[in-house]
Amino acid sequence: MKMHSADFSADARAALADRQLQRALGNVQRGFVEKRRKARDKLPEFDALRDSAKAIKDHTLAHLDLYLETYETRVKESGGHVHWAADEAEARDIVLDICRNAGAQTVTKGKSMISEEIALNPFLETNGLTVVETDLGEYIIQLRGEHPSHIIAPAVHVNRDEVEADFRRHHDFLPASRNLEAPESLLSEARGVLREKFLAADVGITGANFLIAETGSSIIVTNEGNGDLTQLLPRVHIVLASLEKVVPTLEDASQILRLLARSASGQEFSVYTTLSTGPRRPEDPDGPAEYHVVLLDNGRSKMLGTEFQDMLRCIRCGACLNHCPVYHAIGGHAYGSVYPGPMGAVLSPALAGVDKAGALPNASTFCGRCEEVCPMRIPLPKMMRQWREREFAQNMSPPTQRYGIRLWAFFARRPALYRLMAGAAASLLRMMGRNGRIASLPLGGGWTATRDFPAPQGRTFQEMWRARGKKVA
Amino acid sequence: MTSRDTILGALRRAIGPAANDAARRKAVQTRLSEHPRGLIPARGQLPADERIALFRKMLEDVSASVETVKAESEIPAAVAGWLRRRNAPQSLVHGADPHIRDMPWQDEAELKRREGKAAGDDVTGLSRAVCGVAETGTLMLLSGPDNPSTINFLPENHIIVISAADIEGDYESAWDRLRAIKGDGIMPRTVNLVTGPSRSADIEQTLLLGAHGPRALHVIIVED
Ligand code: SF4
Repeated sequence: MKMHSADFSADARAALADRQLQRALGNVQRGFVEKRRKARDKLPEFDALRDSAKAIKDHTLAHLDLYLETYETRVKESGGHVHWAADEAEARDIVLDICRNAGAQTVTKGKSMISEEIALNPFLETNGLTVVETDLGEYIIQLRGEHPSHIIAPAVHVNRDEVEADFRRHHDFLPASRNLEAPESLLSEARGVLREKFLAADVGITGANFLIAETGSSIIVTNEGNGDLTQLLPRVHIVLASLEKVVPTLEDASQILRLLARSASGQEFSVYTTLSTGPRRPEDPDGPAEYHVVLLDNGRSKMLGTEFQDMLRCIRCGACLNHCPVYHAIGGHAYGSVYPGPMGAVLSPALAGVDKAGALPNASTFCGRCEEVCPMRIPLPKMMRQWREREFAQNMSPPTQRYGIRLWAFFARRPALYRLMAGAAASLLRMMGRNGRIASLPLGGGWTATRDFPAPQGRTFQEMWRARGKKVA
Repeated sequence: MTSRDTILGALRRAIGPAANDAARRKAVQTRLSEHPRGLIPARGQLPADERIALFRKMLEDVSASVETVKAESEIPAAVAGWLRRRNAPQSLVHGADPHIRDMPWQDEAELKRREGKAAGDDVTGLSRAVCGVAETGTLMLLSGPDNPSTINFLPENHIIVISAADIEGDYESAWDRLRAIKGDGIMPRTVNLVTGPSRSADIEQTLLLGAHGPRALHVIIVED
């Protein structure tokens, strides 16, 4: 997709005013948060598993070159192919080449964020292929010509009545009089329409939740079974995976799998966890004849060994989005990047450059809930701060913000003056407030347009601190 | 220079001067050959009877149905009965698994069977799991002529038989079984870990059963 993170504040404002979207976003807050909490409470070892999972990924990242080499060897031994892609363009070309060599016309796809990252669908379509998304959520947004607004629930921004309208528009070969009132009937219709596509496809493309160095396997985790039909029925199976998906062993994957579904959807385990290793064996009655893995770097090797390395532990569970007040308010599209929410705010500047995605690390209230729920214990707020610092150092933050920070620094270096000004400012704000709220703030329009600023209550922090110090002493 | 060299070179530079240490290679080899187990939840380490009860409960929690029979010879009757209760046609596709093949199917004269992979219009498929995992009610199925993977996904109904003795507590024990069957580090083309019938929550986060895979999953545990 084309990045439009630079328009973040305008897009966020539009999202706040969008009633359909706001209704749909209610489902994120109500559904995901409660389900995850219940799943965590049912597994007493949950937090200890987080430590274990973090240690596994840290070990893997410290030996990433070696595990990738081993992984590649194992894939080859099982009859598969590994293609290394330095960037998006190379990855797209590799996929197209494989499709052309297979004489493919139709490609089915399981859900893959890497596919979004490399903008694969428009590229394949321009080159004459028919591309069909088969995950129900992905299928819905493909019909709508949209991008996923959530990394595990791509159509979370769409309401049932909108899906019905989309199906009626696109499935015009079905009787117009059919009843699509119940969500079940929408699901059945999608099942019927997509079943034909599965059976007709020449190439199936999936992502990977994990790559296993020990066995050369790729793992996908799904609930619908669409990913399995995608990788099982066509003659060619292509796996899109980024470098950091590799883990050493089946045991290591199991540790992290215990966290993935619980953190993502609050399930104890996803319905289908599938390991694919190479093409079908000579005696097999089904399975693809060719198995290809496209290993994508696209900026990740540059994160290794930097303050952003921890982000490479991410397993794309979506918990940080589900618990983010900013995401709850504006949804995924306003971020204008492939990856939304807190994980996107950290990852997007690393992949696309801080000049294009610099607005995103600023889309945070630093409430810390993302880090609290991240199964891989990724310090997301800290890394957002680091991006802000980089952005500031590169002179890219907006002039009013730069001026504001410099002004603050001037006073902060002069404590007596700071105290005096803070006290005066607090009194002024108190006078401006009505019922403890300030509806509009000079120079603070960006804040007060969509929410009130609380008027200060009582004394400044420094005044209270000093008073407290006297009491204790 | 190929992209492979560029990427591996960049990773080694990021790792620093230690990248060529023999100790790093050693650490990787040891981990791969010893594949140490991590933390295993207490619920994955229960004694046999509690383990089977948990396996059953976890499956029922994800909307699968479970029944128990005394011996493999009772399976044809159990299958026919379940199909009747569901109002499903008395027909079945299954693979070449000798356990399944050698069951007394002749006792169920009405039941039509076909051996091979599944097609798009098969209504019910029957497979045998090599083992189960009690901690989440998960069944492990291996691809191949005995139990073709298409049977796990194309039919509307999926019936899986499993021997009670093959129900393990945790995933790690399931991997050890797989290694014992296939050899260390050797995998079949596809390993399916199945936990319930297929579902989707993509429309307004409402859970609906029967997305692209089976709408119903029935598990038959053989006690013998
Ligand atoms: S950053 Fe953490 S919480 Fe967010 S998607 Fe990645 S693993 Fe999940």
